Amino acid sequence: MPDNLDTLESEAIHIVREVAGEFDRPVILFSGGKDSTLLVHLAVKAFWPAVVPFPLLHVDTGHNFGEVIAFRDRIARRHGLRLVVARVQDYIDDGRLAERPDGLRNPLQTMPLLDAINTNKFDAVFGGGRRDEERARAKERIFSVRNAFGQWEPRRQRPELWNLYNGRHRPGEHVRVFPLSNWTELDVWRYIERERIELPSIYYAHRRNVFERDGMLLTSGPWGAARPGEEVRELTVRYRTVGDGSCTGAVESMATDVADVIAEVAASRLTERGATRADDRMSEASMEDRKREGYF
Amino acid sequence: MSHTELLRLATAGSVDDGKSTLVGRLLYDTKSVLADQMDAVLRASVDRGMATPDLSLLVDGLRSERAQGITIDVAYRYFATPRRSFVLADTPGHVQYTRNTVTGASTAQLAVLLVDARKGVVAQTRRHAAVLALLGVPRLVLAVNKIDLVGFAESAFRLIAKDFMVHAIALGYAEADVTAIPVSALDGDNVVDRSARTPWYTGPTLLSFLETVPVAPDPHDAPFRFPVQYVIRPRTPEHADYRGYAGQIAAGTVAVGDDVVVLPAGRVSRVTRIDTMDGPLPRAGAGRSVTLLLSDDIDVGRGDVIVAGTPPRVADEWDTTVCWLAEHPLQAGVQVLVKHGTRTVRGTVTEIVSRFDEQALGTEDAPVSLQLNEIGRVRLLLAAPVAADDYVDSRRTGSLVLIDPSDGGTLAAGLVGAPLPSFDAVDQR
Repeated sequence: MPDNLDTLESEAIHIVREVAGEFDRPVILFSGGKDSTLLVHLAVKAFWPAVVPFPLLHVDTGHNFGEVIAFRDRIARRHGLRLVVARVQDYIDDGRLAERPDGLRNPLQTMPLLDAINTNKFDAVFGGGRRDEERARAKERIFSVRNAFGQWEPRRQRPELWNLYNGRHRPGEHVRVFPLSNWTELDVWRYIERERIELPSIYYAHRRNVFERDGMLLTSGPWGAARPGEEVRELTVRYRTVGDGSCTGAVESMATDVADVIAEVAASRLTERGATRADDRMSEASMEDRKREGYF
Repeated sequence: MSHTELLRLATAGSVDDGKSTLVGRLLYDTKSVLADQMDAVLRASVDRGMATPDLSLLVDGLRSERAQGITIDVAYRYFATPRRSFVLADTPGHVQYTRNTVTGASTAQLAVLLVDARKGVVAQTRRHAAVLALLGVPRLVLAVNKIDLVGFAESAFRLIAKDFMVHAIALGYAEADVTAIPVSALDGDNVVDRSARTPWYTGPTLLSFLETVPVAPDPHDAPFRFPVQYVIRPRTPEHADYRGYAGQIAAGTVAVGDDVVVLPAGRVSRVTRIDTMDGPLPRAGAGRSVTLLLSDDIDVGRGDVIVAGTPPRVADEWDTTVCWLAEHPLQAGVQVLVKHGTRTVRGTVTEIVSRFDEQALGTEDAPVSLQLNEIGRVRLLLAAPVAADDYVDSRRTGSLVLIDPSDGGTLAAGLVGAPLPSFDAVDQR
């Protein structure tokens, strides 16, 4: 039997090619994070030696890490892909969105995302979501139909039989596609090692000034700084997920390369979201609620 | 890097058999549950006034599921041991959600079917077993759960195992394909760790069975089948004349130099190259995504199937077994879209030949309709021919879905031919 990474790779490439064959205007959601970087890598493999026949879309909260934005632009250039950027900041500037009291911008991404999908008439939107990340995601189909408001309706999901993905949708609806559905965090890292996939540097251990809030190690940036009483310390840290700076925490780590990270993830007693995402800690079903509203 | 195999399994059982608890137990005892997930379960269990953590909360992820205490939709779970990685589709038990069991079973290499030791084999057990048999899940585990509630009695276990075996054999399983294990998901007996309370049971624990059971391999020795997904034409100076047919090998193997036929048109050619970005391959087997280059400049596109060996049948009229998955019943004459491999064609269900009674294992001829979750045989007439195999010979090229042309909804799982043995009796009549 083949290695499980070979199985997962072939499955994901099959999904990516199905989308190319069945949809008119697909797009890859690309944040520069490890999952979407892996997705781009798989898309490149799926169509080689031709270029990937779809653009990239990034919803920029305006509070992203500089290293990640530079990496995002470099990857788009390297593979000759058009990059569409939807900016949360534009929405805040013209009043369509208001800054939240808690300063979190992840929940604000949904409107710019749906607007970008509608204006560009994207009919298939690839996401790097994995079912092992979170309980609501565990219920998601590989082809997940969203209504005209971008909403996920868990009780109306289609049966997904064999590998016959049904991408039919009505005008105004679109389909979210998750080729990494069956990958675990460890699979992702093992594959990154095997394929020597470049990632933003902040995934590996580095020295950084951090402060603790709600049990997470945050860093200062355009999204804010330590409040009075929050002590800033320089620690050796890395990021397990890369999202909005206001709600993505670092973990203390000495893992400077992929092999170290694999050893660390294998031994970790926390999930990546539990360790590093403030927005997922809000309630038992916060991911389900956000997905129902049209989130990734 | 570790080299582990992937096993896809599904769980099924009726409501309150403790399926989610069993899955939670498997995850917990294989240390696949991390501290923050367990904290969330502990908090939620306390909120619900429970004295011990409710492991089913690890898998029941939707608000409505947690509120009702039942599983509604398929949840996919991942765990690994040093020997194998597992993708587990936890499917709902409630009759009204049987279609989600079909979803989970369609890709499973093995299914764990739960029964409550106090109740034994019930109607839903027989229904699920029929669905699993129909979908060709090659191996079954009967987990006789709540064995603690019958005082760990061997006699109760044996009776249930024997009762189930009779049904499974009638559905076409061999005795060696079915393994019964007495477990208590709540306490963990025989799930991961061997129980001292069932000394009469000498077989494997559930996990050790899952780790060691031979996995039905992808059909490498079957005839080669390659549904074309996409034509790759770079049109760059470097690859000016490159024309590759991208797809995932559905069955068999292919080697450079093999003679092939492109169906349904029937054009003949030869494989000159098996390409991947990592370099060309001399040969490739089922499950692998590759790009094929052919010696002749012939018209090949998405929806075609490149084949070798015994050819599939090319026809526009098909005898098909369907599991009806839509709320509104199937009636003869309905217009559908038929998705088979990478080809979607219009079609009509011209006739409902029979309905399968999964309880009595009999059939009713010429029923007026098929209701949600019912299994039956139909005649399909297609607007264009497709090249398909019998489902029993090739799961990937013998399966199809029926789609509602008006709203795009999935109407039915379709299997070419008659995969269940009791249907053969009808043929001979």
